[in-house]
Amino acid sequence: MAEVTEFIERFAKVTGAPVRTGTNVTSLRPTDDGYHVTTGGGEIRCRTVVIASGACNRPTVPRLAAAVPASIRQLTPFDYRGPTELPDGGVLVVGASATGVQLAAELRRSGRPVTISVGEQVRMPRTYRGRDVLWWMDASGLWDQRYDRIDDLERARRLPSPQLVGTPERATLDLNALTAMGVEPVGRWAAVRDGRALFSGGLRNVFSLADLKMERLLDTFDAWARRNGRDADVAPSERFPPTRVPASTRLQLDLRSGEIATIVWATGFRPDYRWLDVPVLDEKGRLRHEGGVVDGPGLYALGLPVLRRRKSTFIYGIEDDAREVVDHLAGHLAAHR
Amino acid sequence: MTTVANGVNVQALLEARDALKGAPEAAQFTWRASSKWQNGVHSTTTVRDFFGLGQEQSHKAESVFEADHPAVFAAEDNGITPIEYLLVGLAACLTAGVASVAQNRGIQLRSVESTVEGRHDIRGILGADSDVRNGFTDVKVTFTIDADASRQEIEALVAQSQKRSAVFDALTNPTDVTVDVA
Repeated sequence: MAEVTEFIERFAKVTGAPVRTGTNVTSLRPTDDGYHVTTGGGEIRCRTVVIASGACNRPTVPRLAAAVPASIRQLTPFDYRGPTELPDGGVLVVGASATGVQLAAELRRSGRPVTISVGEQVRMPRTYRGRDVLWWMDASGLWDQRYDRIDDLERARRLPSPQLVGTPERATLDLNALTAMGVEPVGRWAAVRDGRALFSGGLRNVFSLADLKMERLLDTFDAWARRNGRDADVAPSERFPPTRVPASTRLQLDLRSGEIATIVWATGFRPDYRWLDVPVLDEKGRLRHEGGVVDGPGLYALGLPVLRRRKSTFIYGIEDDAREVVDHLAGHLAAHR
Repeated sequence: MTTVANGVNVQALLEARDALKGAPEAAQFTWRASSKWQNGVHSTTTVRDFFGLGQEQSHKAESVFEADHPAVFAAEDNGITPIEYLLVGLAACLTAGVASVAQNRGIQLRSVESTVEGRHDIRGILGADSDVRNGFTDVKVTFTIDADASRQEIEALVAQSQKRSAVFDALTNPTDVTVDVA
């Protein structure tokens, strides 16, 4: 964390751009020759704007949350601070991406019974053949894969975050690790009926989809190592056991029985564009852009999932994107002098 | 991509997907069946018309389905049991999915066979034990596929066919069902 803070502080110093900390943008609207920005600390007029406010400003909670009995405490990752602040009793974690698996593990370690509702997920080992899996993503060029070379960009942009956790032990935190700790997996939460949570019976399939996709990813890494003569630099190829399906999974859970005291919604995040008074959102509230060039003159975006590359949302990954987006921005300024 | 011939017009499906992205109202379909009691637990259900793409549609021909109970249920066995129709639907839907995904992925299929087993504790429907549910205890589908593909690719076909299956979804997730008297 300290390293990241230092990195950003140094970046601010090197660029020399004025940084206004603690300043919220409350409105951005178009003018004849650019944009008018209203902030908590005054007005700004500008010719171009780069929206880099991120993709995770608000937690997403499914509509069925409204049908959960009032006796159960509901939290989003934004409200969650630690296991000690939760009421006594069992926890139902909804979602098994990075946030869900990390919170489920932490809550289980605190001694609570934990159930995790699992839909489609991205399984990844923390280390593969002796290297961090992110080393492989980078070295093999997968992270550099461009947005205009991806078959199903829509799906790539909606991909859940991989089941990874950063720990000194570099432990893998997949569903096998969670079930070994005593966390109980159930299927995707489909509905609430008569005070009961109903879970999908398709758990086996989301497990095999995740296993198959991980296998394909590891095959890609192996092929890259072989092709580039890197087999000697890394440990031998390895494969991981398939996700274990419990002998019987529960299809429903009585939310009024007291078994579950808390529900943690780890069901994803979305950007917050309530301050954006420019008609550049699609029918689902997403920013309309082509590789970061937003559908409004002089308006740009950075740091969104697969904006221009698979690595677009990483601090390290933004460099190439920024260069290309700023090239376009400079061209816009030159053309509209 | 089009060098394989599984008989699925994937191009038309992809075009439909693109067209319907911008026209959600045209994507609203209603499937219909009409049933008539015969005698005992025997009924006859016919299927012909449906609604979709903004208008009434019809199948090329009407299909007729007899449903009854077998002799071990002290019935005349004029047709399969209603719950067996769910197995028919699941097998047909997953098989269609395997063929479509294979076509889309350029995999030539030679044969696709499957068996579907639905385990059923009939104490539920008989009211013999209130802890036993009426429906299936569980359902198991086993595919035997001969294709120009690795085992991993075949497993991926089967996994993807479940992901996009209407019947798999209808069986594994609850559906809001209304039964009225006209």
